Amino acid sequence: MASIRYEKVIEAAPDTVFGVVTKPESIPEWFPGIVKAEVDGNVRTITTASGMQMPELIIANDPLLRRFAYRITAPLYKFHLGTIDVIELAPNRSLCIYSTTAEPDTLALIIAGGTLGALEEICRIAEDRQRSL
Amino acid sequence: MGRKILFITTDQQRYDTLGVNGSVVGRTPVLDHLAATGIRYERCQPTSVVCMPSRASMLTGQFPTTHGAWMNGVPLAVDAPSVAENLHDAGYATALIGKAHFEPFMDPFGRYAENTLASLGIPTIEQPWYDGRMGVHRGFDYLEFATHGALGLLHYAKWMQTHHPEAIGSFYPVLDGDLNVNAMGGGDTGAPQVKVNDVPKEWYHTDWVAQRTMDWLSQQADDQDWFCWMSFPDPHHPWDPPRSEVSRVNWRDVPLPVNYPEKAAEREALLDAKARHWRAWYDGRLVSNYEAPAKWVPATMTADQVREVNALNAVEVELIDEAIGRVLQMIKDKGWDDDVDIIFTTDHGELQGDFGLLFKGPYHVDGLMRLPLIWRPAPSAQVAPSVVTAPVSLVSLAATFLDVANQPQPEWVEAGALPLSDEEASARRFDNTITEWDSELFGVAVHVRTVTTKKFLYTEYQKGTMHDGSEGELYDLVGDPLQRVNLFSDPGYADVRAELSERLRAHAARPNQKAELGVVMAPV
Repeated sequence: MASIRYEKVIEAAPDTVFGVVTKPESIPEWFPGIVKAEVDGNVRTITTASGMQMPELIIANDPLLRRFAYRITAPLYKFHLGTIDVIELAPNRSLCIYSTTAEPDTLALIIAGGTLGALEEICRIAEDRQRSL
Repeated sequence: MGRKILFITTDQQRYDTLGVNGSVVGRTPVLDHLAATGIRYERCQPTSVVCMPSRASMLTGQFPTTHGAWMNGVPLAVDAPSVAENLHDAGYATALIGKAHFEPFMDPFGRYAENTLASLGIPTIEQPWYDGRMGVHRGFDYLEFATHGALGLLHYAKWMQTHHPEAIGSFYPVLDGDLNVNAMGGGDTGAPQVKVNDVPKEWYHTDWVAQRTMDWLSQQADDQDWFCWMSFPDPHHPWDPPRSEVSRVNWRDVPLPVNYPEKAAEREALLDAKARHWRAWYDGRLVSNYEAPAKWVPATMTADQVREVNALNAVEVELIDEAIGRVLQMIKDKGWDDDVDIIFTTDHGELQGDFGLLFKGPYHVDGLMRLPLIWRPAPSAQVAPSVVTAPVSLVSLAATFLDVANQPQPEWVEAGALPLSDEEASARRFDNTITEWDSELFGVAVHVRTVTTKKFLYTEYQKGTMHDGSEGELYDLVGDPLQRVNLFSDPGYADVRAELSERLRAHAARPNQKAELGVVMAPV
């Protein structure tokens, strides 16, 4: 099992940052390479730009803790846990942490590579929203 | 009209697999003839012994620490320099057909143009180039990709999936269920990454690359200058050539490599004389990189497995040689031969049994670092055939293509064009080459720098998981061509070591503007 964590300081209030990711169906807006998301209860099925479909189980979406957590349940994964945590650094400054833990290890590397781009998009959208407040 | 350029690469091919370089297994009459009528380089070195950094160096004319694609899985930045772009801007038609691998293969999110192009089934795409123009990808106006099998997103795989889906299962499964390089054994001996493939020869990727190259060339007008990179995925593992061709070389008749001591104790003594990660990998105590099967222990490899791998490798090399022959015949039939420069090389070597090891990794010896390189200048240029013994590097290729095309050298190339003779090499001070290795995978970090001269091969291991920064290797290439005696700690060679270490420091301190080092996005 491998764990890979990326983080980014975002010039926006923590609730604004968490607001970007909290709607499960909004993931195509901020995760590069995910083109479609369908949500049914706590199950989200994403479709990637290469045409792959991956079912995910949403296991936490907590606006108080500002934590979004999900598991990819596709058969290729023996285990997966993805977490997005938003921590307040200042009233209009946040630390967003995107962690990927997976087995096989190789999948952690591949998915985490995608989360790096997602962090950039989360930052861009949150800072845009902060400026428009 | 200028000189046209056919740039031919293979993947993971040793120097000694060509007849002209002493092969005793495979036959390569086409390349041997090219060497006889052109320039054969006896010591060509890569900038890296894995695909992505090395291929990026061919395209950019830069070392990995400059272009930023420092290990497999790190994409070459889309705004990286590209010799193909300069040639395109000079009016050349530009194509890359076969294996590119400037960007990761493992790309479920479709973030990289190589995969996107192939996924869309199109040969090129309009996208913003780094200087703001809309243009072609990395300077190529035509791209068709292939790699080591029939699965995945690339054009060859799509072609197989569309036209011959029944044959896809015949290829060796390159990856296992954990997406690691597969350790599964096959063939007669159970060697890893070996399988007899029922795919007809005409559907195999070697013939596909040659045919697609000829199809592209056939569309070019006689007076059109072109730069065509024909890039074969073989003889990189898996060793799964078509069954119809396997009988070319009977593995039972293949001699063991000269650097494969049959007695385990002798192999182990040789490994123990090197830096500690050699023996750790051999014993299965270390997996330092993704490029060899993580679940395979080199110490378990038998002599017969080495023979079978070498036999199948030679079959793949012969198929490539014949495919090149067909392309060259077409060029002759078109009446173009007088004005075509042909350059043949590979991205890195293969251990192929040396020291009891297979595949590749941070092991800087000739098996991985001494490469075949042949340049047949256009006959119209009237360059005398020669053999260059001076050390040269793949980093010189970009400048060479620009020289052939009579184009100015941009500031970003880090080496001049290849010398045409030893006299020219001496005058232009081609006296050493540098090879870099950097990898950081799942907590295992290895950082290696090597300088190669005509007389010595000198390696320093920087601080990492297995090394404290004090280890190294020094080999006398004249007295010990198999690199068996490590002179690093021999006080009699202290002056040599100091002088070569200074060359590595000079390389590290070179003034070129370096790209930001990329992030590992996938294992390969």
